[in-house]
Amino acid sequence: MTDTRYLAPQTLDEAVGAFAAAAGAARILAGGTDLLVQMRAGLLRPGLIIDIKKIEEMTAIVEEPDGGFRVGAAVSGAALAEHPRFGQVWPGVLEAVNLIGSTQVQGRASPGGNLCNASPAGDSVPAMIAAGAVVTVQGPNGRRQMPVEAVPAGPGRTNLTPGEILVSFALPARPKGSGDAYLRMIPRTEMDIAVVGVGVSLTIQGGTVTAARVGLGAVAPTVLLVADAADALIGSKLDDAALEAAAAACRAACRPIDDKRGTIVYRTKVAGVLLKRTVAIAAERAGRA
Amino acid sequence: MAKLHVATTINGEPMEFLCDPGQSLLDALRGTLGLTGTKEGCGTGDCGACSITLDGRLVCSCLMLAAEAEGREIATIEGMAAGEDLHPLQQKFLEMAALQCGICTPGMLIAARNLLERNPDPTETEVRFWLAGNLCRCTGYDKIVRAVMETAEEMRGAAR
Amino acid sequence: MNVISNKWIGQRTIRPDGADKVTGRAAYGADTVMPGMIWARVLRSPHAHARILRIDTSKAEALPGVKAVMTAKDVVEFPLDKSVMLGIQDMRWMCRNVMAREKALFHGHPVAAVAATTEAIAAEACALIEVEYEVLPWVIEIEDAIKPDAPILHDFIKLDGKPSNIAGKLEHKLGDVDAGFAQADVVIEREFKTRPVHQGYIESHACLVSVSPDGKATIWSSSQGQFMVRAMSAYLTGIPQSDIRAIPAEIGGGFGGKTIIYLEPLALILARKSGRPVKMIMSREEVFRASGPTSGSMSKVKIGATKDGKIVAAQGTFYLQAGALPGSPIRGAAGCAFAPYDIPNVHSLGFDVVSNRSKVAAYRAPGAPIGAYAVECVVDEIAEALKMDPLELRLKNAAKQGTKAAHGPVYPRIGFVETIEAALAHPHYKAPLGKHQGRGVASGFWFNAGGESSAQVNVTEDGNVVVTTGHPDIGGSRASTANITAELLGIDYKRVSVLIGDTATIGYSNLTGGSRVTFASAMVVTQSTEKVITTLRERAAKIWKIDPEAVTWDDGEARPAGDNAGKFPALTLAEIAAKASETGGPIGAGVQLNTAGAEGGFATHVCDVEVDLDLGIVRVLRYTSFQDVGRAIHPSYVEGQMQGGAAQGIGWALSEEYIYDKKGRVDNASFLDYRMPVCSDLPMLDTVIIEVPNPKHPQGVRGVGEVPLVPPLAAVSNAVYNALGRRFYSLPMSPPRVLEVLEGA
Repeated sequence: MTDTRYLAPQTLDEAVGAFAAAAGAARILAGGTDLLVQMRAGLLRPGLIIDIKKIEEMTAIVEEPDGGFRVGAAVSGAALAEHPRFGQVWPGVLEAVNLIGSTQVQGRASPGGNLCNASPAGDSVPAMIAAGAVVTVQGPNGRRQMPVEAVPAGPGRTNLTPGEILVSFALPARPKGSGDAYLRMIPRTEMDIAVVGVGVSLTIQGGTVTAARVGLGAVAPTVLLVADAADALIGSKLDDAALEAAAAACRAACRPIDDKRGTIVYRTKVAGVLLKRTVAIAAERAGRA
Repeated sequence: MAKLHVATTINGEPMEFLCDPGQSLLDALRGTLGLTGTKEGCGTGDCGACSITLDGRLVCSCLMLAAEAEGREIATIEGMAAGEDLHPLQQKFLEMAALQCGICTPGMLIAARNLLERNPDPTETEVRFWLAGNLCRCTGYDKIVRAVMETAEEMRGAAR
Repeated sequence: MNVISNKWIGQRTIRPDGADKVTGRAAYGADTVMPGMIWARVLRSPHAHARILRIDTSKAEALPGVKAVMTAKDVVEFPLDKSVMLGIQDMRWMCRNVMAREKALFHGHPVAAVAATTEAIAAEACALIEVEYEVLPWVIEIEDAIKPDAPILHDFIKLDGKPSNIAGKLEHKLGDVDAGFAQADVVIEREFKTRPVHQGYIESHACLVSVSPDGKATIWSSSQGQFMVRAMSAYLTGIPQSDIRAIPAEIGGGFGGKTIIYLEPLALILARKSGRPVKMIMSREEVFRASGPTSGSMSKVKIGATKDGKIVAAQGTFYLQAGALPGSPIRGAAGCAFAPYDIPNVHSLGFDVVSNRSKVAAYRAPGAPIGAYAVECVVDEIAEALKMDPLELRLKNAAKQGTKAAHGPVYPRIGFVETIEAALAHPHYKAPLGKHQGRGVASGFWFNAGGESSAQVNVTEDGNVVVTTGHPDIGGSRASTANITAELLGIDYKRVSVLIGDTATIGYSNLTGGSRVTFASAMVVTQSTEKVITTLRERAAKIWKIDPEAVTWDDGEARPAGDNAGKFPALTLAEIAAKASETGGPIGAGVQLNTAGAEGGFATHVCDVEVDLDLGIVRVLRYTSFQDVGRAIHPSYVEGQMQGGAAQGIGWALSEEYIYDKKGRVDNASFLDYRMPVCSDLPMLDTVIIEVPNPKHPQGVRGVGEVPLVPPLAAVSNAVYNALGRRFYSLPMSPPRVLEVLEGA
């Protein structure tokens, strides 16, 4: 039997120190909605569990003076939904975070956990990528920033170096005329893992798209930033040709697998369908912003 | 294995218990504390039978460590009725036959109460999505949704 | 009919077990503990098909904390050449299902079990057991299992003299189908496939077993029949039934899946070996991998009708998966498929096919949904070909009193026609539909069942009543029992307590299953209560010193009648009970019967769907079930059965299926990926209760619980056709498959 220890440090330095010292035997506990499932299935038997929720920065939601947001890695979806301003500025990101699991899971699951679990189908990740979010990580060698899309390395693997802990997400200030949205395809209406997930962020000025980012989930080993889809939208008035070009770019970006949740053919087709639907919602929101 | 000492509050009562560091709160509730009203249907957060509230927030007790209960307030089905006075949801579930086998009922009631505390006037769609994490295989959800809606209406009436 | 008034029968009373269930007090299978209790876990086969060459448990036994280890050699063996039936289960298969003997027959098949002081130690010990396997070729799907060169699971199963995976055959014949098809103006023949689906009860299998030093055993477990638990545990351990007391826990759903046992004999053997009470709980993953789903199927149905809409011939062939050991519900598929219709020429054939999957268990109207799916979809096509309304076509061919069914009976008064007429007249059937929306209808039949039941009705000294029956209450049967008893005795419902007895305290009672409980227990409860009433009249007569024949029982009291009318003040139940000692002793009566007269149940369902053409998602928008229930003793729980069955059928049609990986393992053994409908997937499920009383039952009851799962597969499928103009011939109609069919257009 491997003994498991539990630690709930108050400071990030303490957490990083313990995490680095455990040399791979430790696991970070944020919401725990993936970690406890993996432990129960016998896939993991961590020697040390580091609960980061007592560290203030990890659970803080801060609206910066410039209008940007900083969201702690361990903020639960339910807490994010209760923030008076976040959902007004980033409705797509909030939708995505709030699609992770049931109401119960929402009470615990965090965007940081969703990203570090590194599932290609994590719901919050495409929306965070579309939002241009940048994460702060802290490790034995100090702090660094990296774009969200640089974090996943493959299914279940990240580009965080040993001992590094994800601290927070920084979302940029929104220019006027911006909107974002996230849609996913699941067979049921709830409680499923995304078969395809699309996050879109747009800025529209005078009817023309001036900025766009597209995140695409569950169609490749990692969630993708689809620059070609964004390029097809930028400069357009979201006419049918631009939408079809962006949809085609999404389909072209797909490198999916056939599995119990969807087929290659299905995922590829749906990526294009969802792109168009997600753009329509983001554009409608941009028109109101 | 060194056990952890946890001091917490369960249904308003201070409680202390020992747990393994990797033990789920559900196991501690059902095993150590003998509170078997909270049910286990899957152990993976997919059925909601183990629903409790943690500081007023609805969670699956199978998806949190018992150690995380330190200093928190937990509410389980055992604390829902005040003595012989059933909570209006419990009473309505009985009157409207919103249970058959009853295994999902504790989790369903805890989840529904948490909804009505936050949203006293939910639409049918809001009820259905709030309860989407609580599987019921017997009822097809019809009578459960109706019971929650009708309780909400009565509680609004009583509050007026 | 004995019941004249309607004070309690038909009322929506609060169930006797309700308060315990909404407060968390009710004890289910996993909720009981004993001092000194230890935990057991099962080691399961990692292979879909493998010969077991050697099992070495020595390392597991040496692990500190381990108290007992068992393998198949500890289970009583039933030789393969002689069938020993217990109900519908053959003990030859059961002894091999609870623990693999010669071969592991599916991934997840139990190979050994360990009891230890903690679950973690038991699991660790399982990992220390060394099993040497000879891995064998395996087969999962029916079409592969019936090929001539398929891997054979059991050499002793032979078809036409050669080893085969076809383990059984069942045939119903009526008239001459060839002659019938020759008369037909329209003949449609189609092939269908369905996937195995799980019952999906939320409570996993669980038990606690204690064996005393004198060899007497007590089993607490969640099942659909404590007597089944006792008998099977006795057979598989060699302990006499009289030495086993099986106590029924509250059951957290069964739907047929708890009509057999998996854990109890293992826990019993481990408890006997260790001298400690042993608790076992299956994980959800184990439930999916190793407890019975119902069969996947392959069928072919051909129906012929004349221009005026008379169905003149029907032929069906139904291949059903049995899992690794024989026993699929071919009787339900082949027997129920054509049962709703008056067809002069029928040939219905069922084949039982083994493959390397977990052994199937009963699931709500076992087999019948599979047969009805194929038949009701073809009936829909016949209606279309004849340009007839699909309900009118059904009405024209509906079985009624006097119809000879292919599976045997000539129907007495049945209520099928009434379900169709009610559907035709219902606003749902005429409601307008929007774009990409469609409406489908389908009907269904289930045999229903009687069988053995026991009841004891006792009057307490203070004049209240305690009723004990012998069937686990899954969906409100205690409420029905209380309604009937209160009605007959003319007392307040709240004065009746209803309990489920254990095997030591009530007479033998068959399973809760097959839609038999309210039918059968109402019979024994009625007869017991009538005996009690006779006693009460006798006691009053004794008090008054008049002839018992001169005493009536009305409205909860004994009254002098005839010449004595008005001569004495009436005596209440409480007053008679208070004088029980001096008038002859305790008042109570028990009745044990093998009940007969359960007549078939019929339903017609109407379903509206909407399809997202780009994503292939089908959503049910509106659903109404029309069912003849004979008599609704407790309408809320009757509606609940109808709604629950509809929901399960919608899941079967749209999202539920067993998915296997390339190594013959279930790939979706979780509630996450085995997609049962969640609350937000469904609309309200409307119900219309139709009451055509069963002439052979004191209250007119027919079974209710099974029929609701029979029509939905075809109702949803026909609705999807109506929305899209494309027919689907396999289930589930999952989004990728819907898009596939649409793009094939």
